[in-house]
Amino acid sequence: MTGMAGRVDPPQIVACPNGPLLVRGDMDLTTPDGEPIERTRKTVALCRCGVSAIKPFCDGTHKAIGFKAP
Amino acid sequence: MALTLPSDSRQTNSPAPERAGAPSTSTARGPLSDRILHVILREPTGDDALDGTTDLAARATVAVEASTDIARDDDIQLALFLLYGLHYGSLADAHDGWEWHPHLIAARRVLEAAFEAQLRRDVPMPELPEPTAAAVAEALFTLTSAESDGPSLSRFVAAKATREQLEEFLIHRSIYTLKEADPHSWAIPRLTGRPKAALVEIQADEYGGGRPDRMHAAIFAGTMRGAGLDDTYGAYLDFVPAVTLASLNQMSMFGLNRRLRGAIAGHLAAFEMTSSIPNGLYARGFRRNGFDDDVCYYFDEHVEADAVHEQIAGRDLAGALAEDDPTLLADIVFGAAACLTVDGWASDVIVEAWMAGESALRMPRATTAGIGA
Repeated sequence: MTGMAGRVDPPQIVACPNGPLLVRGDMDLTTPDGEPIERTRKTVALCRCGVSAIKPFCDGTHKAIGFKAP
Repeated sequence: MALTLPSDSRQTNSPAPERAGAPSTSTARGPLSDRILHVILREPTGDDALDGTTDLAARATVAVEASTDIARDDDIQLALFLLYGLHYGSLADAHDGWEWHPHLIAARRVLEAAFEAQLRRDVPMPELPEPTAAAVAEALFTLTSAESDGPSLSRFVAAKATREQLEEFLIHRSIYTLKEADPHSWAIPRLTGRPKAALVEIQADEYGGGRPDRMHAAIFAGTMRGAGLDDTYGAYLDFVPAVTLASLNQMSMFGLNRRLRGAIAGHLAAFEMTSSIPNGLYARGFRRNGFDDDVCYYFDEHVEADAVHEQIAGRDLAGALAEDDPTLLADIVFGAAACLTVDGWASDVIVEAWMAGESALRMPRATTAGIGA
């Protein structure tokens, strides 16, 4: 995917307050073995609280457990 | 009275190939919706007296003055649904020529004013945060995390709902969800800058990121078919109560009035923030009743998607909009609170009926077998 001026769309990671890591742009998401993890949407939210049932993605559970980001 | 045009008059001059299949039908729920159905199912002749539109706003005023509860008034909410439906194409039989007719717009404004006044009066407003993106997002997350007083629809679905109740749940949801995202899309050209980019980012995902089969409305249609239901828009219109229509009408009102752009932004934020966890519970209820991954795809998809959307909607849409224009702050919070309140009313109707061992539909589906066939 190319962004402005024909360059690669650089990844941007937003650390959401007491929430997930919101990821935009080009980035490889893989398992520890290097197997690609399917990314079905352009912008994804990665679990930061550790309790998501769909890791590495966020499922909103951080709100239910009152997660506070360090 | 039930109004369905004979098939020959449906053929007039605007074929709609995407609506092939069962014609949409709707039954009036009082004198106002009866008149509006009479009007919109016919081609405008240009003679307002003949078309019956001259006194439409006056009739709307009569209905409003007689109503004690606009959100739960079947005649008024169906009337609003039909009038907004002209902009969406909700009723397949309605004639396109009515969309901008001044008498219909005038009637709509009478109903909208009364509906908005009720919401402004009855929706509990929290204290307003500072008009910064961070403070607004935090306030919206706090507002949407509060436990409601009523029984939880999602927990009932997860733990107890029968297959028949799941079908009723899908029927209620179909009024909005077969048009999922459309009411908020009205806001796109009404916003600028960061809030606009945020809304488009969310809506692009709602509309499948360029893949029609992944459009959320299309995924929901698949869920309905998988549950043996008719996915034609409006197929179950007659079965849902006023407050279910009010939930969609509220979004349409916020989306179609530029002055309410704060409210539609706040509405979407609250909607997204109350979606991921309930959808996980809905998926559990459907799997418990033996539905497969294809039927549950809609709910599974929303667990992941709305965990993304709620972050964007809270900070970059609602929060940044408040930052850009602090005069919209109160409406942003109002829109969020109104979403929770009205959708709470709609959920309460369903759960209370089920807990009483009754159907949550306006009329039993058994007597109208064939509609869903």
